[in-house]
Amino acid sequence: MEKKLVIPGDFLSDDVKLADEGTYVEDGKVFSSVFGIASLKNQIKVVPLSGKYIPRQGDLVIGIITEVSFSNWIVDIRSPYEGLLHISEFPRRIDNSEMSKYLKVGDSIMTLVKDVDPSMKVELTLNDQRLRQIKDGRVIEVTPSKVPRLIGRSGSMIAMLKNETNCNIFIGQNGRVWLTGKDKNLDLAARTIQKIEKESHIPGLTDRIVKFLKEEKGIPIQEPAKKKAQIEAVEKGEPTQETARDEPVIEETPREEAEEPDKVEENESGGILDELLDK
Amino acid sequence: MVKPEKLIENGIRLDGRKPDEIRPIKIKVGVLNRADGSCYFEFGGNKVIAAVYGPREVHPRHMQKSNSAVVRYRYNMASFSVEDRKRPGPDRRSIEVSKVSREALEPVIFQEYFPRSAIDIFVEVLQADAGTRTAGINAASIALADAGIPMKSLVSACAVGKVDDTLVLDLNKDEDNYGQADMPIAMTPDGNITLLQMDGHLTREEFKEGLEMAKNGCLMIAQMQRAALLEKYSSLMEGEVNE
Repeated sequence: MEKKLVIPGDFLSDDVKLADEGTYVEDGKVFSSVFGIASLKNQIKVVPLSGKYIPRQGDLVIGIITEVSFSNWIVDIRSPYEGLLHISEFPRRIDNSEMSKYLKVGDSIMTLVKDVDPSMKVELTLNDQRLRQIKDGRVIEVTPSKVPRLIGRSGSMIAMLKNETNCNIFIGQNGRVWLTGKDKNLDLAARTIQKIEKESHIPGLTDRIVKFLKEEKGIPIQEPAKKKAQIEAVEKGEPTQETARDEPVIEETPREEAEEPDKVEENESGGILDELLDK
Repeated sequence: MVKPEKLIENGIRLDGRKPDEIRPIKIKVGVLNRADGSCYFEFGGNKVIAAVYGPREVHPRHMQKSNSAVVRYRYNMASFSVEDRKRPGPDRRSIEVSKVSREALEPVIFQEYFPRSAIDIFVEVLQADAGTRTAGINAASIALADAGIPMKSLVSACAVGKVDDTLVLDLNKDEDNYGQADMPIAMTPDGNITLLQMDGHLTREEFKEGLEMAKNGCLMIAQMQRAALLEKYSSLMEGEVNE
């Protein structure tokens, strides 16, 4: 197989021209620079199994406002470097004194990395059709290096996930994932995403996820009757977004107060140390 | 413990090892959920735990470098890690060990990839039995890889020493206390030495021979470090495929 698990310093190839991300060249040979999965097809590339998000120009990310300064919003983009969103990058002309009226500390935004300079000053923008503030749904976090697997080849995984869970899903390059939909569906989507993150290095991922989703939906009997539930919801006049699944809807729901983005933490049991120390 | 009459009898050491044998090693990768990378490392009687955070923002700000990451290494012995309670907090010895250990790891880390950031390494010694700095370096290097930090290679460390006029690999506490020399070494698998310290006395010939012994020890440890890292993921890999 052309994929294998490598550690830093592992020899990969003699062909220097093929060296790509996650590798380094020394004495005309290509070595792995990270602990991850090496793929030797076309380009020699190692995808790390963990690591921080390093911003690059053109990345769509999800950020959280941490500070409002004189003419910038300072945004946490889950990286060692903070993002700067200048007042002029807001879609509308606003006054310095009114900045926190539009975006205040703690607000989440879908934003674009406009520029990164060599000293890693990160400039963000909201001046794009696709960009907006996040007001509903939930934001969960995954390891940034797993984002490509979550999206799948030309978006196959994410399309399948959207279909099967009836949620709208937006994946930021920084590993923050924004989910909108109904609570129960959100739970399922969040669980599935965590499974993808945990098993992304094992071959046959898509098939397993399809199976997982089927099982998850099969066990609770109410689930196959989801369509019915939706109809009921419509009859009750609850706001549903079924019709506009393809694009996130920005209308403000009355439940806005309760919609602080929940961060689902990966809480694997910390028992391994206890187990070790027992012996 | 009083000094034993003989530390080596018929070519066998007090704990039953041959002169060129290292102590048993046990490694667990990813033991801390909150750290970006972590490792628990047992090296004979030594028990250490390493945690790596970063790259992350530098605090205090003035420490940051505009063109590369700063690496910070904190070696600390728990007060219960030795028989007589160790007074907690940094002391002359732990500051020195932190410095040399940091310098043992810095050459392999691609620091220039992360300007204005910090890579923090914390090593806690839970139980000490001679050779904690080598155990700490071994653990830290695995934790760095686990954190996804780009490196040229892993670093392995091991000590040689002289006991009863014989060169021995990987000293234990009694050999360290009553021996004639102790020389910890850290190196990459391709033979670049990143740490070399010595106390006691060795002749030139002994030094050369000792260095070769330590290199072999480091290579053995490198194999185990590698196996431990791969094991973290491959066990899951195989389990799923067989299903």
